[in-house]
Amino acid sequence: MEIDPFIFRFSIFILSIFIGYYVVWSVTPSLHTPLMSVTNAISSVIIVGAIVAALAGSAENVFETSSIFGFIAIVLAAINIFGGFLVTQRMLQMYKKKKDKKK
Amino acid sequence: MISANLSAVFYLVSGILFILALRGLSSPDTSRQGNYFGIAGMIIAIVVTFLSIGNFSTTLIYVIIFLIIGGTIGAFIAFKIPMTAMPELVAGFHSLVGLAAVFVAIAAFLNPEAFNLGATGDIKLASLIEMSIGAAVGAITFSGSIIAFLKLRGIMSGSPITFGGQHFLNLFLGIAIFVLIFFLCKSQSANIFWTVIIISFLVGVLLIIPIGGADMPVVISMLNSYSGWAAAGIGFTLENTALIITGALVGSSGAILSYIMCKAMNRSFASVILGGFGADNSSEDTKEKKDQKPVKSGNAEDAAFLMKNASSVIIVPGYGMAVAQAQHALREMVDKLKKNDIKVTYAIHPVAGRMPGHMNVLLAEANVPYDEVFELEDINNDFANSDVAFVIGANDVTNPVAKTDPKSPIFGMPVLDVEKCKSVLFVKRSLSPGYAGIDNELFYKDNTLMLFADAKKMTEDIVKNLD
Repeated sequence: MEIDPFIFRFSIFILSIFIGYYVVWSVTPSLHTPLMSVTNAISSVIIVGAIVAALAGSAENVFETSSIFGFIAIVLAAINIFGGFLVTQRMLQMYKKKKDKKK
Repeated sequence: MISANLSAVFYLVSGILFILALRGLSSPDTSRQGNYFGIAGMIIAIVVTFLSIGNFSTTLIYVIIFLIIGGTIGAFIAFKIPMTAMPELVAGFHSLVGLAAVFVAIAAFLNPEAFNLGATGDIKLASLIEMSIGAAVGAITFSGSIIAFLKLRGIMSGSPITFGGQHFLNLFLGIAIFVLIFFLCKSQSANIFWTVIIISFLVGVLLIIPIGGADMPVVISMLNSYSGWAAAGIGFTLENTALIITGALVGSSGAILSYIMCKAMNRSFASVILGGFGADNSSEDTKEKKDQKPVKSGNAEDAAFLMKNASSVIIVPGYGMAVAQAQHALREMVDKLKKNDIKVTYAIHPVAGRMPGHMNVLLAEANVPYDEVFELEDINNDFANSDVAFVIGANDVTNPVAKTDPKSPIFGMPVLDVEKCKSVLFVKRSLSPGYAGIDNELFYKDNTLMLFADAKKMTEDIVKNLD
């Protein structure tokens, strides 16, 4: 009997949880806020679903009911992607060691 | 147009780049590089999606326009937001991920052909389960984050809102969601799908309103986790590896942070979720006791004198520092102390502030080098050898009652041993108890000097007196 592709995806899912577990424990507590903002940005990769939904409309009728939801989701996810990565970058720029101090 | 196999490989690459982005955060040195990995992963995922659809009609132009609109708003927010507003920004961003997940699920439900999930009214069973779970978790994340945002922003009171039968209602609604999803699978009825989403919105609100302000670090981490699980749910629906990997990463990341926060408060996850903590439970007799006990209060001059004559000072910042925006003044004070050859370090409790790492970001913003900032377990032994502890806007995290009184609601919570310092300076606006609603016996100790003022103003006054 063939294995359902779902099982493969499920395996990826479970393994990723384990990777996440070990990677996140190694994050230094002083960077927990940037961790939250960057996880926020990367979870907005959900935009790929939004793009598929938005592009599903026909050339004559770009804004069908389902593609409208896609377009709104694109805006929401894009706010998160740009906002999330940029604010993380802004925060990380501020973390400096003693010797980096400009006098 | 590229083949499905090739695009799957690219999605895997972007998933790995996201893992590296989180891995970079293990040290501030590698973190910036990590962030670039994350950005690269995102660009790959988006470009591959365009290429795999291969639809370069006018629709694409609209997609790009909407992408730019969102991107501009996001970039604008990212540059304008003050660092003290990070907790509500993160909560706000979580709500957007949640809502995006709901909308993608709705789009997939209305137009399953576009996603290869079968036909309208005849969606594949597994996909239907996945998308309804994704939509439900997304909806809970959305409305929960909105409430968290309103509480953090101060638009809504931070005190818990509870009512009789609240937990039964939540339980009932939770079960109702599962029952409805079961019937949705049998009937493919759009009405049931909408009902699931509406109930989930309601559950999100009900879950967060009973949770008090001091528990916000747990709430934000928890919502972070939920947004990940929602993304993973949608990832299964779309059969997209990048989304599944990311969802799992973010989900476990948020779960670990929630765990760390709960542990730092010595509270179980369940008790935080059930809420009600931090309600006004200070009884009559504690209020009476408070009036009787003498408190030594001082002014900026006294504080400056004490610190000038110290050889080591430990600074304990808390939420009050964030509210008063006192971090820059604090940094100025520390500079002056350092000029007098006084050793200054910072001690940070894991739950200080309103989100994990909140204090670290504020200190970093004020140009405090991160190697002068220490976590609870690394610095707690140093208090006994230090002359002055300067507590600015923190309260419960220093309360020795957590170590001595088994009846106290915060008993067992790890606290900073500031009372072991030769003298303790407490910058606080009044004697009012912290979020736990309990009195801090530290206020009445002989070696404690209370500085009643706004944290920023007091620090500025001390700076003047240090000259």
